[in-house]
Amino acid sequence: MPTKAYLLEFYELMLKIRMFEERVTREFRKGDMPGFVHTYIGAEAVAAGICMQLDDHDYISSTHRGHGHCIAKGCSFRDMLAELYGKETGLCKGRGGSMHIADFDRGMLGANAIVGGGIALAAGGALAAQTRKSDRVAVSFFGDGACNQGILHETMNLASIWKLPLIFVCENNGWAESTPTEYSTSVSNIAERAHGYGFAGLTVDASDAEAVYEAANSAVQCARNGDGPTLIEAKIGRMVGHYLGDPEGYRPKELKVKARSKDPIPDLASKLIDSNALTEMGISNIKDRINTELDEAVSYAKDSPLPSGADVDIGVYSE
Amino acid sequence: MSQQEQRIISGASAINEAIRECMEQDPTTILIGEDIAGGAGLGGQHEGAMGGSFGVTKGLLEQFGPLRVRDTPISEAAIAGIGVGASAAGLRPIIDMMWSSFTPLAFDQIFNQAAKMRYMFGGQAKIPLVLRMAMGAGLGAAGQHSDTLYSVFTHIPGLKVVVPSSPNDAKGLLAASIKDNNPVLFFEHMGLYGMKDEVPEGSYTYPLGEARLVQEGSDITIVAISMMVTKALEAATVLAEDGIKAEIIDPRTLSPIDYDSMVASIKKTGRLLIVDESPPRCSIAADIAANLSEMAFGYLQAPTSRITCPHSPVPLSPPLESAYIPSVEQIVSTARGLCCA
Repeated sequence: MPTKAYLLEFYELMLKIRMFEERVTREFRKGDMPGFVHTYIGAEAVAAGICMQLDDHDYISSTHRGHGHCIAKGCSFRDMLAELYGKETGLCKGRGGSMHIADFDRGMLGANAIVGGGIALAAGGALAAQTRKSDRVAVSFFGDGACNQGILHETMNLASIWKLPLIFVCENNGWAESTPTEYSTSVSNIAERAHGYGFAGLTVDASDAEAVYEAANSAVQCARNGDGPTLIEAKIGRMVGHYLGDPEGYRPKELKVKARSKDPIPDLASKLIDSNALTEMGISNIKDRINTELDEAVSYAKDSPLPSGADVDIGVYSE
Repeated sequence: MSQQEQRIISGASAINEAIRECMEQDPTTILIGEDIAGGAGLGGQHEGAMGGSFGVTKGLLEQFGPLRVRDTPISEAAIAGIGVGASAAGLRPIIDMMWSSFTPLAFDQIFNQAAKMRYMFGGQAKIPLVLRMAMGAGLGAAGQHSDTLYSVFTHIPGLKVVVPSSPNDAKGLLAASIKDNNPVLFFEHMGLYGMKDEVPEGSYTYPLGEARLVQEGSDITIVAISMMVTKALEAATVLAEDGIKAEIIDPRTLSPIDYDSMVASIKKTGRLLIVDESPPRCSIAADIAANLSEMAFGYLQAPTSRITCPHSPVPLSPPLESAYIPSVEQIVSTARGLCCA
């Protein structure tokens, strides 16, 4: 069982991700943020629950929906927002944007705009850890859409035969863009596919923070102990569209309403209040603190310089 | 010259030495690929007995152990991707792709991941990765085992592309590729493995991006790629009998590419012929022709000319395969035509 202090930190981290995404949604709608944005709203418990078990030396690879992974791995609002605005001060100097955000100092090997594109990269981080005989682990986050990509299957097999210290985390929100998972996928629980590759697969409800904690804890320990990979399938209610601006004509409205009715953040807040670990005033204080940090970060990002067009082909190669 | 410096070995042995020496020098250099050891997991006399489809990696498992020499299942995409991830995490992986015709299975990992990570992440990523592969026609391996494909990868910003034409070059260029901090595609022509050459013992490198002047001449510049260097040399011997002195340049690397050496040669000869074992469209031959025509137009006394393969897949049947590969006769007759123009 996680301690109260741990759950408080968990709650605050989820709230940080949610409030960041809500702010990004508002700022994006103003029209001066370039590119495509996919928010992590509704999945917060997954990034928080997994990444709280990791430190800066551990590796993660992320997806096009990667802001939550960044925040949970310790990226700052300032550096992330500057990147989203395409500024020279951004994490990737404005060359990547939302879908290609990365922070190598924190083991964050990049968001990835190719579905399934980051899975083998995390396995490479795990292979580096194993080759160096370190106790680092790697986590590959991917969505249900990636579970039918060949590279996931190739990588699950390799991770199993080499006992790589790798955790596969499938964020199953039931939809690959406009296609329901029940249509696209041959099993009702994606975690079952791990069994075909000889390792454990766990299905958890991503609206239950404690369940995510338990699964993450066992998978990370297994990897650190040299006992090989685990697949965690976190079932998420998709509370928002595929991307910011998605009219979602393909999805019955009641499904969205249903998804929004199971929200891990107020659920955990209620639990913490019931156990006297948190008060309404405490929540209000946390939100004020996060809002102050967001205000400062948005101003910093907006005031930061844009890259110069003259530098367009600089930095393609390493020295 | 000492006895050691005159050592003659095969291309396969030269490549093996480059890998072995780099792995001895740097514990972060590792080898990953299909059948690079053989008999994986069996131990005893069987494990490591194969040493790669062409015997190039023989003895490396024995010397460096299974953590650094990893035989893999047939999973090209995952192998390439794991190599990219491991290089982002600080190792220097050498991936054996076996045949260049298999790289399309790993194309996303090469094109969208390895090539772009440095730029897309604002300089955070360093991807010191080598993808080695056999290529080329001449063995009757036909459609899906004979493509050169280096032109495809030369098109992609963020990759380096190396095309050695001799065992000596292969050793020095492979060592440079392994020490380079970028993803490098290293194309080993099938004809290279059995070719014998003087190869120095011990470690040495040739810089990526510097062409080699293979033979000096004053009448025509022949830019020849990979195994076409050997054909150009044979053609030059025939041309010399006609009094035509051909200068032969081996670019050695296609990305980066050393146009300066080629321009300097054209200033001397006034004629340019490019010989490339690839289909002609959007190819390295087309690229070199276009660039040199722009850079050295004022010095050219005849139209730039190219000898390439036809625009077809590589066929099986011997008369078809030999019609596919650029020949010494084609080089001789085209060069004669240009010099008489």
